[in-house]
Amino acid sequence: MSPVTVTDRLTSAVGGSVQLTAVTKVFGRGGTAVRALDQISLEVTPGEFTCLIGASGCGKSTLLSLIAGLELPTSGTVSASGRVALMFQEPALFPWLTAAGNVEVALRARGIGRAERRQRTAELIEAVHLGGFGGKRPHELSGGMRQRVALARALAQDADVLLMDEPFGALDAMTRDLLHDELDRVRAGRELTIVFVTHNVREAVRLGDRVVVLSSRPGRVVDEFAVPIERPRRIDSAPVAELAARITDRLREEMSGHGR
Amino acid sequence: MAASNPGSLPTYAERLAWLEATDTEPQAGQRGRRLAVRSWGAFWPKALAIVIVLAIWQLIHVSGWKKEIFPGPGVTLANLWDQLQTGLLWHAIATTASRAVVGFGLAVAIGAVIGALVSRIAPLRAAVGSLITGLQTMPSIAWFPFAIILFGINTTAILFVIVLGAAPSIANGLIAGVDYTPPLLLKAGKMMGLRRFSLYWHLILPASLPAFVAGMRQGWAFAWRSLMAGELLVIIANQPSLGVLLSTDQDQADMPSTTAIIIVILILGILVHTLFSVADRAIRRRWGLTGTA
Repeated sequence: MSPVTVTDRLTSAVGGSVQLTAVTKVFGRGGTAVRALDQISLEVTPGEFTCLIGASGCGKSTLLSLIAGLELPTSGTVSASGRVALMFQEPALFPWLTAAGNVEVALRARGIGRAERRQRTAELIEAVHLGGFGGKRPHELSGGMRQRVALARALAQDADVLLMDEPFGALDAMTRDLLHDELDRVRAGRELTIVFVTHNVREAVRLGDRVVVLSSRPGRVVDEFAVPIERPRRIDSAPVAELAARITDRLREEMSGHGR
Repeated sequence: MAASNPGSLPTYAERLAWLEATDTEPQAGQRGRRLAVRSWGAFWPKALAIVIVLAIWQLIHVSGWKKEIFPGPGVTLANLWDQLQTGLLWHAIATTASRAVVGFGLAVAIGAVIGALVSRIAPLRAAVGSLITGLQTMPSIAWFPFAIILFGINTTAILFVIVLGAAPSIANGLIAGVDYTPPLLLKAGKMMGLRRFSLYWHLILPASLPAFVAGMRQGWAFAWRSLMAGELLVIIANQPSLGVLLSTDQDQADMPSTTAIIIVILILGILVHTLFSVADRAIRRRWGLTGTA
């Protein structure tokens, strides 16, 4: 059996699930081999918003690449049900296409016909509040707008599982705040399972149903926090700050333990 | 912003509008004027360079060096003006230009196909990759004996050498473009479900466009050189071309006319090169690769 199982889309109308069982990923061989992930097990249920947090070098991005099927685990199994889309820290838009063209190409890749493509593109551009900017090229847009185009493109892939690799890491605080709301909004209308990687603890608490803390070199799951804070949330609200402080303490503990 | 009463917070739409107003760069409102300023800025150094060259030329002429055979700019430009009034020069330009278009067109088509195949098929690249680079360094004039024996004294021989001269650069341009497709875009494309042909068509080819245009620009220089060499070596009766005119002038030791034809060749070469530069700049602007978007 292939380690990445993709089940039929029709069977996963409530968002996809992700299951990692004892996943280890080693890069290279022999003396220079680096163990990026060590025996990670993680289950993400359909519709859940899971944030992965950890210091740099904890293999967060590797984990997403494995779920996305861009890489294969050294051992263990990875399975994701439904369609998987991936968003990066950089928008990774095609510079030769307009904002709308970038969304449309994802629809085209799924073999959707021209008329429907046009309509869906317009809807998606509207969904990320970029109406009127569809004809602009990526370099004519601000960083936040580009990332919103990338979000629309990910949605165009009709994903059940959306993997986000520090997607707002390069944005200023105001824009990031806005995109958090955007993400909440987009998610509200869809059955979307999200795995969100960040090193910003407050962001994780602001967004996630659950925050998973990873250790560094090798990456392991060291703790998990449920986020029982009612939505809509604000990143500067007291409950978010309070839980973020607890998680930060746990991270510090992990880092000092690692240094010993 | 940090007010405790949620009711006083700006709405989503308000924040969005604020960010967009501060975020987006002011778009060029004075594009027309800027274009005029830019064209003037590009024009005057070129004009000055031409004036300097003419002045040096005139100085050499006045100094009396090889006075009997070396014409000054006045005589040469008058000769050029006279020739431009005759049908012969225009006929020759038309012949040469049509060979350039056909030869270069063939080279682009063949170079693109070879480049596309070699860049995607690893064993093919191992087999012929270095051969293409080798062909690129081969002086194309060395192919003429081969081409003349193979095809005879005719246009086909000339076109054959143009293709051999230009196609390797064009193929290499495309190969370089494919090789340097940003890995992040490839990842994004694969996640979208682009595979094989669609990945190539929607992602790799467009991403390779700037390198392909650079390859075409270099290929054009090779094509133009091959064409001139070919027209001097492959003289076809009753078919005036720039090469034929040059060759006749040489036989008649007509220095003013020889120099006038050289100027025509130079100008034609520069004109086409400028076209590629314009295309290159247009792509860069479109992609936002310049500072003056």
